[in-house]
Amino acid sequence: MHNLTIAELIKGLQSKEFSSVELTQHFLDRIGSLNPAYNAVITVTAEQALKSAAEADARLAVGNAPALCGVPILHKDIFCTNGVRTSCGSKMLDNFIPPYNATVVENFEQAGAVVLGKTNMDEFAMGSSNETSFYGPVKNPWAPDCVPGGSSGGSAAAVAARLAPGATATDTGGSIRQPAALCGISGIKPTYGRVSRWGMVAFASSLDQGGPMARTAEDCALLLNCMASYDDKDSTCIDREVPDYTATLDGSVKGLRIGVPKEYFSEGLDAGIEKAVRAALANLEAQGAELVEISLPNSGLSVPAYYVIAPAEASANLSRFDGSRYGYRCEDPKDLQDMYSRSRSEGFGREVQRRILIGTYCLSAGYYEAYYGKAQQVRKLIQQDFDRAFESVDLIMGPTCPSPAFKFGAKSDDPVAMYLEDIYTVATNLAGLPGMSIPCGMADNKPVGLQIIGNYFDEARMLNVAHQYQKATDWHDLAPEGVSS
Amino acid sequence: MNIERQEIEKLATLARIAIDDSTISDVSQRLSSVLDLVDQLQAVNTEGVEAMSHPMQATQRLREDEVTEINQREAFQAIAPETEDGLFLVPKVIE
Repeated sequence: MHNLTIAELIKGLQSKEFSSVELTQHFLDRIGSLNPAYNAVITVTAEQALKSAAEADARLAVGNAPALCGVPILHKDIFCTNGVRTSCGSKMLDNFIPPYNATVVENFEQAGAVVLGKTNMDEFAMGSSNETSFYGPVKNPWAPDCVPGGSSGGSAAAVAARLAPGATATDTGGSIRQPAALCGISGIKPTYGRVSRWGMVAFASSLDQGGPMARTAEDCALLLNCMASYDDKDSTCIDREVPDYTATLDGSVKGLRIGVPKEYFSEGLDAGIEKAVRAALANLEAQGAELVEISLPNSGLSVPAYYVIAPAEASANLSRFDGSRYGYRCEDPKDLQDMYSRSRSEGFGREVQRRILIGTYCLSAGYYEAYYGKAQQVRKLIQQDFDRAFESVDLIMGPTCPSPAFKFGAKSDDPVAMYLEDIYTVATNLAGLPGMSIPCGMADNKPVGLQIIGNYFDEARMLNVAHQYQKATDWHDLAPEGVSS
Repeated sequence: MNIERQEIEKLATLARIAIDDSTISDVSQRLSSVLDLVDQLQAVNTEGVEAMSHPMQATQRLREDEVTEINQREAFQAIAPETEDGLFLVPKVIE
């Protein structure tokens, strides 16, 4: 059952080929036996899962069940789950049990999905390797000595290892697309404002966006149908109808204009990755799409702009963790200041502290205009690059990351090397555009991701093209050794 | 670029993060390398470019000034480090 896609699982559940309880138990067993090797799942909610599976079966028996009724999924541990610890990968929230559900969690509950548990992640979503998690790193199912990417590395590894058919994730600078690429699965970061951020622990509020991960584009479409919604409780959510993303998957790519940015194929790109991505582009060209070379001249500025804006917003967002009302409090604080500063230095890991300090620096008196103000202007230039490109193309494609999964420790001592891992992904967050990664080959025996960038709210077209590519290829069907049997 | 020890101490106070004396030079070195990266922005000509804060130029929505949330004090205080009589307790502030 674990090799079936969500689309196939829905058919199997509705035709009573298997029950949700059987399916849920099967995935729980897999988590029990395989997860210790990957550390992808950090909380298992077995009892609750079996209870909601039984409820799902009852609804399926009556008929008229909602879209994802009985389908097991995992939530990234950044989404608040009522009564279930939401740690955000941090010691700071190791004891935090939210008294409410995030809107995304609520949406999946309404759709009848069964929650198996919560996935590991970089602390407060700050990282590209999952090495910053308080709960230890996640291992890449394709190469256990390599990182799964981050920050949604737990969700990506869990889907790749078939511990769940799909999972929720978030993306602030590439945190859905980069781990999806490194773990050989599909993932989409929707347009900023498409998915509610309410109850999703905030990192950089003008960039954060939730999205789904699964093995196929079709499954991502099924999950996004449920995940995307307008929400009054998120003031940056956009009030716009959510289309049925599965309805347009079958359209042909004939005549589609695909922009290929020359800056995404420059120095620093692994040769194996370039080869796989070019082959994917050739496949789409053979299906009738037209490749157009484009230029995004300010691409090189996206990482510097991002590493001002994201830490600045993080330093403001994370000021709420002060040991007063919830989360970690240090032992025996001698006064209020001591409680604040020791709770924060003991509760936050090194990378989180580093980003808070950078952000504080960029926002402090005398530096604000030179850093944050400047970065927000550069952000506009980056958006204008994309606006110009979309005048002549429908989609933009290139690699998701510059290199395949790297070894643990390879970049963890050098923040700048780690930040450059996001070189092809951060620009879409800065512009607020949707981005996707799908598997398109192997390099050095590790998966390669093809990045698809769409215009605002063009997720349906991205999913359509990704689905057409997956109908013609089988990279998305490949499984790491030992997980498909 | 190098951040002076004094500046790190000031940042640590502003950010309410206690930094151990023995790690200050390490923190300074890493922050400096990140600032070197972001300093590339200074060379960009942004004269007349509008700063961008929301991709869709969305403005803050307003709503009627009505109570929409129910009181959940008990639920919120159940997860607090220390409470008394419905209040959150912190170390003594005023002698």
